[in-house]
Amino acid sequence: MFAKKTFPGGSHPPTNKRRTQASMIQDMPLPQRVVIPLHQHTGAPAQPIVAVGDEVKAGQKIGEAQGYVSVPVHASISGKVTAIEPHLHPLGGQLPAVIIEGDGRDTWLEQPGEARQTSQSDSKAMVEAIREAGIVGLGGAAFPTHVKLSPPEGKSIDTFILNGAECEPYLTADHRLMVENTEEIVAGAKIILNILNCHRGIIGIEANKPDALAAMRERTRQEKELEVVALQVKYPQGAEKQLIWAITKREVPSGGLPMDIGCVVQNVGTAKAIFDAVVSGKPLVERVVSVTGPIVKEPKNLRVRIGTLFEELIQQTAGTVENPGKLIMGGPMMGLAQVSSQVPVIKGTSGVLLIPTDQAVIPEPQTCISCARCVDTCPMKLVPTELGKLVQHSLFKEAEKLGVLDCMECGTCSYICPSKINLVHLFKFAKAKILSEKRKK
Amino acid sequence: MAQEAPAEEKLLHVSVSPHLRDTVSVPKIMRSVILALTPALIWAVYIFGLRALWLVLVGMMSAVLTEAICQKIMGRPITVSDGSAVVTGMLLVYCLPPGVPFWMPMVGSAFAIAIGKQAFGGLGHNPLNPALLGRAFLLASWPLHMTTDWRAPAMGTMSGIDAVTNATPLAVLKEAHKVLADPVSTTEQVVQAREAVAQLSSSYGNLFFGNVGGSLGETSALLLLVGGLYLMFKRYIGWKIPLTFLGIVMILTSAFGGADGLFTGDALFHLLSGGLILGAFFMATDMVTTPVTFRGRLIFGAGCGVITSVIRLVGGYPEGVCYSILLMNAFTPLIDRWTRPKRLGEKGLRQE
Repeated sequence: MFAKKTFPGGSHPPTNKRRTQASMIQDMPLPQRVVIPLHQHTGAPAQPIVAVGDEVKAGQKIGEAQGYVSVPVHASISGKVTAIEPHLHPLGGQLPAVIIEGDGRDTWLEQPGEARQTSQSDSKAMVEAIREAGIVGLGGAAFPTHVKLSPPEGKSIDTFILNGAECEPYLTADHRLMVENTEEIVAGAKIILNILNCHRGIIGIEANKPDALAAMRERTRQEKELEVVALQVKYPQGAEKQLIWAITKREVPSGGLPMDIGCVVQNVGTAKAIFDAVVSGKPLVERVVSVTGPIVKEPKNLRVRIGTLFEELIQQTAGTVENPGKLIMGGPMMGLAQVSSQVPVIKGTSGVLLIPTDQAVIPEPQTCISCARCVDTCPMKLVPTELGKLVQHSLFKEAEKLGVLDCMECGTCSYICPSKINLVHLFKFAKAKILSEKRKK
Repeated sequence: MAQEAPAEEKLLHVSVSPHLRDTVSVPKIMRSVILALTPALIWAVYIFGLRALWLVLVGMMSAVLTEAICQKIMGRPITVSDGSAVVTGMLLVYCLPPGVPFWMPMVGSAFAIAIGKQAFGGLGHNPLNPALLGRAFLLASWPLHMTTDWRAPAMGTMSGIDAVTNATPLAVLKEAHKVLADPVSTTEQVVQAREAVAQLSSSYGNLFFGNVGGSLGETSALLLLVGGLYLMFKRYIGWKIPLTFLGIVMILTSAFGGADGLFTGDALFHLLSGGLILGAFFMATDMVTTPVTFRGRLIFGAGCGVITSVIRLVGGYPEGVCYSILLMNAFTPLIDRWTRPKRLGEKGLRQE
């Protein structure tokens, strides 16, 4: 046994993936109605380019990107635009969305596979195709992919990392995708290498997905530029900076980007979307979502059209054994608690998680006993004990000096704390405070 | 006024991530510490009689009661159920001579909790280990009780050897070294002292299993190690402080602890005797009063080792574990400040 690669720190929350890790991805029946928010990515929201009453086809662009760090959004079903209005959004509050009533025919703007194949020798054209397809990082952060694939002049990328870690408990969407869509993912990875003019691609997969490791190894045996690496099962193994450290031993500078140290990381789902966009001309209008949780009767991995409401996904799993106490978009460590199941699936929705009431209530925080479990496990090597106390006393400047802005909110400190202190909550608050102060200046 | 929501309209809980919490809690950690200390208590009852159990119970009850009274007076929530006061009371009595009168653990525990802990704001806010502070208070206030109320174990001598029987092993060693270093000692005294030192060096078995006199809970190195390793296995204490503490004491006592020059000292004797094992595994690892950083804990353990060795070898007391930990506790905030780890990515920041 060789040592599996990993990063210093981290924790071992129960992975709870068993119920869905072997379930084949099922295509969810076409939804009657979709709610497509114009803001699904990091950056400026898209502007609608359709009007109420317009007939749209699946794959048709309905929102135009605004500025460089932004992507367009597309209709995920064919039908009629019935409203463009604010709607409950999984990131919180009400945000503008295009609502399409389906015609049930699923007519596409261009049949996938036929038209718009992009030349794979022209990087610029490929990046443009990726942007036009509305592709963002599908791991959860939803950062526009074309930005990550366009390193500025003078920054060359020598290592491309394909992220198949999927370290969030419960989620198995990436896992199934690697097993079932190996071919497309590898082809997508090769397109990325091509765009970056990079000759070393590493596929990192946590060791608890032996079938995905085997499939990827088998498929990349003949690929000289691609290598598969087994990673230790540890949270947050799939966080960008931790993954880069585990594989290359390079540190992304504080406040910097992976491309500063010659690395680009993309999620396996994103690679599949890139393949679809470049080879089939198909925009990002569907994704795989794990619908799961301890109270879900038949948890599933579903291929879902963007804009489908969570409620319909939950119905697909035969409902729950009891009233859910909490509904989460994403995993339990970094996911967002939802106020309602009337929110749509967006590009960054990797999971829909239902948790029973007794697990939903976060215990009351007690005093810190300086046990240092958070210090030992912080994957960014911060000192959460000290930072937490500074933030509690509103000493934001001091907290900034000690690196609170480096906190990636992975949740390890809050998870591990025996006094149940909501450290991440404090750090999110401090970061927002510091950044708004900075914007004022 | 309040209207009940219909059953099916149950609202969803909303909170900031993470939505998952580890099952480890403060009461759980404290219960494990109490469990880890129990073998030593059973042994104490075996060698010193039922009196040992009563002393420990009195200490624990006094600690819990004092905590509850203090919190009541201050109008704070009463948190005695977290078990931290029980641990304090237990540890305090573990470092008292087994013959002390019953009012001593009572007063000591009350001081430890009221002054050592609650005066600073309760659990998590005390700068010094309350149990050790309680012991230091008792030693300063009633030194006679604290230095003479020893009891011999049921099946052996207080020193674990035959040459001198009326003192604890560390006190015998200290006295012998005084004789050997003193130029006016008679030949007979020197021969006796040499004999005592030699016998101490062959009494490892008694020390290891705990068939010697000493403070109530510190005699059996074996049973304390079992408890300490259990806590390490549970990851409630780390290896850094115990290892550096014990290691430094062994190095320094081996180098400077001998009567015949450098590296003639008996490191193993020093390791097994006195309160070193109890201190290194159960007191120097107290979460509240020790550093949180990796390097900080190494420095803390090493500092405890140096101070313990200095007190044992050249200080006025035979034992220095208590004061060494208290002194290093005082340095903890400073050590933490000096030893902050480099953040991931901080290196790159400096270069640019």
